[in-house]
Amino acid sequence: MSAHISPELQKKIELMVESMPAFPRSVHKILDLTSDVNCAPKDVVEAIEHDPVMMGKILKLVNSAFYSMPRKVTSIKHAVIYMGMNTVKNMALSIATVGMLPKYNAARFDMSAFLLHSLVTGFVARKISEHIDRQEFDSIDFFVAGLLHDFGKVVLALSVPDLFAQALEMTKEGISLQQAEITMIGVDHSQVGAALGEKWNFPAPLVQAIAEHHQPELVSNILRDYVFAANQICKMKSIGYAGHDIVEPMSDLLMANLDGSLDTLLEKVGNLEPLIDEAKVFASL
Amino acid sequence: MEVKFWGVRGSIASPGPNTVRYGGNTTCIEIRAGKELIILDGGTGIFPLSQTLFPELPRKSHIFITHSHWDHIQGLPFFIPIFIPDNHIHLYGAFDPISNKGIEHVYDVQLQYSYFPIREAELKARMHYQSLSPGQTVHIGDVTIHTVLMNHPVTNLGYRVEYQGKSVFFTGDHEPPYNLCDKNDKDWQDYEALVVQKTTDIDDVMRDVDVLIADSSYTPEEYKQKQGWGHGTFDSCIKMAERIGAKRLFCTHHEPTRSDDALEKVFNEALERCKPKPSLDVQLAQEGLSIKL
Repeated sequence: MSAHISPELQKKIELMVESMPAFPRSVHKILDLTSDVNCAPKDVVEAIEHDPVMMGKILKLVNSAFYSMPRKVTSIKHAVIYMGMNTVKNMALSIATVGMLPKYNAARFDMSAFLLHSLVTGFVARKISEHIDRQEFDSIDFFVAGLLHDFGKVVLALSVPDLFAQALEMTKEGISLQQAEITMIGVDHSQVGAALGEKWNFPAPLVQAIAEHHQPELVSNILRDYVFAANQICKMKSIGYAGHDIVEPMSDLLMANLDGSLDTLLEKVGNLEPLIDEAKVFASL
Repeated sequence: MEVKFWGVRGSIASPGPNTVRYGGNTTCIEIRAGKELIILDGGTGIFPLSQTLFPELPRKSHIFITHSHWDHIQGLPFFIPIFIPDNHIHLYGAFDPISNKGIEHVYDVQLQYSYFPIREAELKARMHYQSLSPGQTVHIGDVTIHTVLMNHPVTNLGYRVEYQGKSVFFTGDHEPPYNLCDKNDKDWQDYEALVVQKTTDIDDVMRDVDVLIADSSYTPEEYKQKQGWGHGTFDSCIKMAERIGAKRLFCTHHEPTRSDDALEKVFNEALERCKPKPSLDVQLAQEGLSIKL
């Protein structure tokens, strides 16, 4: 992991992540689906894709050095076609049997609201990507980056719950969560998420998008740009909750890259209600 | 280079009067390249193969496992050289991402008290295990073996064996990758692009091979009920052989319930239906059949 994470914290995180359970709904869904040998592959893919933990862990496995793929695997669809459905299904099953993220955790971090925020950020980023020049990326890359952008928060909530709880408390005084995390833990969730993504051999643009999703002034890639926008849209509309709801201002750079303000983007995307409803189904416990 | 089939049956050994001509043993292929002995898969066919090795012992044997399903490993505990000192057995195969174990896991599982009287630790030969990643290349003397990830319900490596300008490719068990959606589904296009990419990745390793040995378990009619089981059809194999410019195609992994007569019948119907180019020689793999390259 990268240099700014203390060796002690790094060890804690690595130990925790090894046995980290996934979200309850996808665990139930996977256990249910895999009890039928004829289950529809699409349903399994869908269950995995709507859970940041399952998604992260499966991307980790398929991108691991030992299983070296001819190219980086960026989505579950990709994993299914490359590794075969049965292998991906069994990977999901072995994650599901670890257990479920508890509804109440020591950090008092609302996992359900977090999942809703992550899902809608992914959905919105994907929706926007359908209206733009995606460069070398697919729509699914925007979804994955949106879904995983805050992955570091779950990791902190589970590996250093007391410190993370204090950081969450500090946001009530109006400071940003990442500033509070740095004060309490010495590292923020975007750094933790990116460090894990790097260790797990995620595609470089995805790691960069996670790393820089709170630094709109930095020149990054378009995954980051649109995930930043989608993240702000979710906060603006109070969809889900991931520890803080301060809408960060767009930088000049982003205004130029995204061809306008958040409002212009919102106009492009149109009605978000169907996306939110869909996400709510997946985020319900 | 010389290639000999010792087992051409899929799923389960099927001895008996109805399979006498093509053979009832499960997958095993012997390749001789100069002084090197390379064995592809350790189905029940590896037992009769091992009985022919006595005059050469002690020697090195390089066994490449395409995947760890029973019909491809069942003969391994009966590969006689493992019990005789001074033999060197090199076992190669894919790392298993689900159990997180390497290829040594195959013997570890088979040679347990409940299933076999001799433990792995008690084998007399020198055992060497090498887990392979897709895309990895192995050199054994002047022989080169390329690996590629095929499509089967467990990690299955296809092997391309090259020696002195000649080449053989064995698919192991393989179903051509296919789209998981209907054409009307919104995800169809995403999957289609991935299917094309995966097919091309495999084709690139098979390209222009002299001999292609491919899993052609089913007829297209049978396949309709068996999509997702991880096996190809006579038709898909002929199409694949033509696409990659193979000179000879051997159809293998014969269905255990298919009699010799029935096998010839469905094979001839496939030839009639597919009309392979005259430049492609298509045959059924047959136990005991040996070819020189």
